[in-house]
Amino acid sequence: MKRQFLTGHEVAVLACIDAGATHMFGYPITPGTEILTNWIHHTQKNKALEYLQTEDEIAAGFAVCGAVMAGEKTFTATAGPGTVLMQDALSMADGMRLPFVCIVAQRGGPSSGTVIYSQQEVNLAIHGGNGEGMRLVYSPSTVQELYDMTRKTFNGAWKYRFPSVVLTDGFLLKTRQDVVLNTDYPNVEAEPLVHEKEYKHIRNIYTVEEELYEVLQEHKRDFDAMAKEVADYEAYKTEDAEVVIVAHGIVGAATKAAVDMLRESGKKVGLFRPKTLSPFPAEALNNLAEHCPSLCIVESSMGQLRDLVKQALTVSAEIHGLYKPAVGIDVEEIVSFIQENYQ
Amino acid sequence: MSHAKSTFCPGCGQPMTLRALHQALKKQDLESKAVLGLDIGCSLLAWDFLPINTFQTHHGRVVATMNGFKRAKKDSISIAYAGDGGAYAIGLQSLLWAAMRDEPITVIVSNNVVYAMTGGQSAPTTMIGQKTSTNLDPVKQEPMRGPELIKQLNPHAYVARTSMTDMKELNHHMEQAIATQQAGHFSLVEVLSFCPTNWKVAGPDLKAYVENMKKIFPVGVCS
Repeated sequence: MKRQFLTGHEVAVLACIDAGATHMFGYPITPGTEILTNWIHHTQKNKALEYLQTEDEIAAGFAVCGAVMAGEKTFTATAGPGTVLMQDALSMADGMRLPFVCIVAQRGGPSSGTVIYSQQEVNLAIHGGNGEGMRLVYSPSTVQELYDMTRKTFNGAWKYRFPSVVLTDGFLLKTRQDVVLNTDYPNVEAEPLVHEKEYKHIRNIYTVEEELYEVLQEHKRDFDAMAKEVADYEAYKTEDAEVVIVAHGIVGAATKAAVDMLRESGKKVGLFRPKTLSPFPAEALNNLAEHCPSLCIVESSMGQLRDLVKQALTVSAEIHGLYKPAVGIDVEEIVSFIQENYQ
Repeated sequence: MSHAKSTFCPGCGQPMTLRALHQALKKQDLESKAVLGLDIGCSLLAWDFLPINTFQTHHGRVVATMNGFKRAKKDSISIAYAGDGGAYAIGLQSLLWAAMRDEPITVIVSNNVVYAMTGGQSAPTTMIGQKTSTNLDPVKQEPMRGPELIKQLNPHAYVARTSMTDMKELNHHMEQAIATQQAGHFSLVEVLSFCPTNWKVAGPDLKAYVENMKKIFPVGVCS
């Protein structure tokens, strides 16, 4: 256990190294570039680590696919339009159940948008492929969680064999915070898909519709089984809450501070923060909404988190929200919004 | 010799190209070290054709995938198998950069001057005067000559074009390409191949069709 004062970029790279990653393939794009350049710095000192700056995000993604098939823990990092291009390789990873790890540094969109911050890549991270969106997606709210969840992302990818995303943003990656690097946290071992002495023939295209249907049923069973083990959330001061704010990532951290301020002024407000956006902690949300059916979504998007919440809800709830696409949301703003809208 | 029954069209050139590849690997006892990545197109049909580890990738992405595989497993023989569209159109960027960086992988391109799996559309290699389902008027532009382009980028690469009408040459280039990868360099072999289905050419005339292709796509080692 080492306590250090580090940026999100530094911590993300250290988490990949501690997770056992040996290769990174990447293409520079703001605000994710420093993950590539930090990794490259480490390759100078640690000869077990390798990298390639590829010709584009597509090549980076497919090189990740190739390297994980060969049995090496490998990752990429991208953002915005790069996350769009990455879907080609992520879709192959969806189809072939590859332990693909991608750190997404969200930036404003659509298109080239803005370069630092957003929460608009939730849909892409989960549903960017031409399939059913069976991916493991973590959303860290602090630099500490960025470390812990990156470790969990590698473990989840290699244990359950679903492509896995650390969904963060430029704000968190540039933030410097106190962090404990738990180097004792156990790693899931990497295993090649093909071995020298046993010949495997691996498809991602099927001749008969029923064949693919059967494969997808199996994926769904595995995904549901994984969900029981990994779906994670934080419920903060929700026991007696009359309003529960639902937020994720860095907005979740701001909301937590807002809850404390609102509580001081006598408002019974709580926070529900999904740590995994996929699989979504649906059961916990429903249990909560059953005794507190007033939900307020706060996110830097026009409703990508809200849609996940609505999809997860099986009990009736009243949903309002503060939706600010590609704009940061601070504590005071959340406090004012709740005070004005929940008398 | 083949592992499974061929699912290629009768008269297709690809099984012969794949057998030549297999022969070259077998001769050096490299079957277990070899990993064959397939582009999407007719090449995908090779997924269970040879007794070597094989996987399908995406259209245009086999070179990038096999580059990743090779970097992660350096003692493997990493082979990317693609058609002319996968190699020279949608996948060209990755192919050029793999050659530029001298990635130690072997790329085999089956050039049959059409997109065959989708039913005979124009390819980067479609020849002047040829008509296809996407060129109802005869094609006017020069075809892409991949090996000549790639050789300019990398003096260490082994780059050749051959034809499946000459199995001896085909076998030789496959062996050289594998040996080049073992020596740590990039290699590419383009094979002029039959597509009777989309050319709408009968069996006895296929050879003449390829002989005509050779006038436009010169065979031999690119230098």
